[in-house]
Amino acid sequence: MSIVIAGAAETDEVGRLPGHSTMQLHLEAARNALADADMTIHDIDGVATVGTPGPIQIAHALGITPAWLDGTGVGGSSFLFHVRHAAAAIKAGLCRTVLITHGESGRSRVGAGRFGLGADSLLGQFELPYGVIGPPTSFTITALRYMKETGLTHEQLAEVAVAQRRWAHLNPRAMYRDLITVEDVLDSRMVAYPFHLLECCLVTDGGGALIVTSAERARRSPVHLLGSGEAAESPIISQMEDFTTSKGFRLSGEAAFAEAKITHEDVDHLMVYDAFAHVPIYGLEDLGFVGRGEAGAFIAEGHTSPGGRLPLNTNGGGLSYTHTGMYGMFAIQESVRQLRGEAAAQVPDVEVSVVLGNGGMFASAATLVLANRLP
Amino acid sequence: MKPAPKPTPETQPFWDGTAAGELRIQRCKPCARHYFYPRPSCPRCGGDEVEWVRASGRATLYSYVINHRPAPGFEDEAPYAIAVVELEEGVRMMTNLVGVPNTPEHLELDMELQVVFERRGDVSVPLFEPAGGAR
Repeated sequence: MSIVIAGAAETDEVGRLPGHSTMQLHLEAARNALADADMTIHDIDGVATVGTPGPIQIAHALGITPAWLDGTGVGGSSFLFHVRHAAAAIKAGLCRTVLITHGESGRSRVGAGRFGLGADSLLGQFELPYGVIGPPTSFTITALRYMKETGLTHEQLAEVAVAQRRWAHLNPRAMYRDLITVEDVLDSRMVAYPFHLLECCLVTDGGGALIVTSAERARRSPVHLLGSGEAAESPIISQMEDFTTSKGFRLSGEAAFAEAKITHEDVDHLMVYDAFAHVPIYGLEDLGFVGRGEAGAFIAEGHTSPGGRLPLNTNGGGLSYTHTGMYGMFAIQESVRQLRGEAAAQVPDVEVSVVLGNGGMFASAATLVLANRLP
Repeated sequence: MKPAPKPTPETQPFWDGTAAGELRIQRCKPCARHYFYPRPSCPRCGGDEVEWVRASGRATLYSYVINHRPAPGFEDEAPYAIAVVELEEGVRMMTNLVGVPNTPEHLELDMELQVVFERRGDVSVPLFEPAGGAR
């Protein structure tokens, strides 16, 4: 049985949406994905989502009585996990067609869950006492070690933001579209040394939804799931085995490539979750597209930019397109658009696209290999 | 006021140690390996023959960021370093650096550090300063 993404859509707008609650973002994305798939709620018998308000409320609000639910919540990579889990459930006969939704009022915080963790939590005891204030001060902490061990320069780190802005420049939905230079990045406000503002992701409102089913049930432009992998490393970043490489990235990527039976030469397009500028560097190396310590130069030389041989984060990524807090849904959406030939910054002849998702601070990871044809 | 950790049963020995001016970590007896954060199961072998030992308090600077947007309680210190240090026993932990200007010029990776303790309400948290004392 071939599993496909039979429908994919984002909310009408992404960015600043103070008039939308989290719930509305989920439902708008769900309706858009159903329309995209030429399906109705009566086709859906499985629901997966993460965070607020959860799969029961989403199903109930839409009028779906699910035979299968997944509330796997492992951060921004959760949607990649949901696709993988939905594929397994459909193959096992537990359900036939799964709706995966994401909605997050990350910027406006309308109808959103509260941030914050107890002082007796793992983070509350071993990170928060040291003045950590969210991802900008913890996800970033591996970078100086990586720079020391590989020779990555501050200019090369800045080049990640520059390269992705070139894609955002071509995407009318991207929040930041003006072309930028390395000097612009290095002159932007310091957030947490060595990270400047333009090396940190946006904080936006928005949502997206996917419909996963078997190939024979798809009605239009199905995107085939050739392979997937999932992994986790450590719940707190200080306990990563090695600050210069993500075990989750490596293991989930190896599993997905093996199941898909592809090599790196088969990949036409790549999405790597980019909450911060160093993450695509880790992604390129940990997925094996370049050797250790080579990613900075690879990006600086333009290979991931428009016209380059490995188009990366072609919507502008979390750094320039949108980042609600859980970006993985948007990485999948862009991969689907590229495979259908419908992207704003369309790359010619994309047949195989790889999506690498991150959850937490290098805590969880998942990889999807998607294609617009069966091998 | 800076955030203070609240111990749980499995972490209480760690915080009892810091209150006594000692850095206590766990070690698996069969594996003879130290580990951190506190938990009742060896992350290498899965066994429960684990013990608390006193770490030397010597460490090196593994990585850090310098935060320019202070967390509540840290307003007077920004920009300040949030660091991960590697203890002589091979385990890593997050901390802050004291006794040294928190600037890139003064914070060299792999520099030698030693533990000190700072009182926060009912608990003491381990911080690190350059080996040989403040500079």
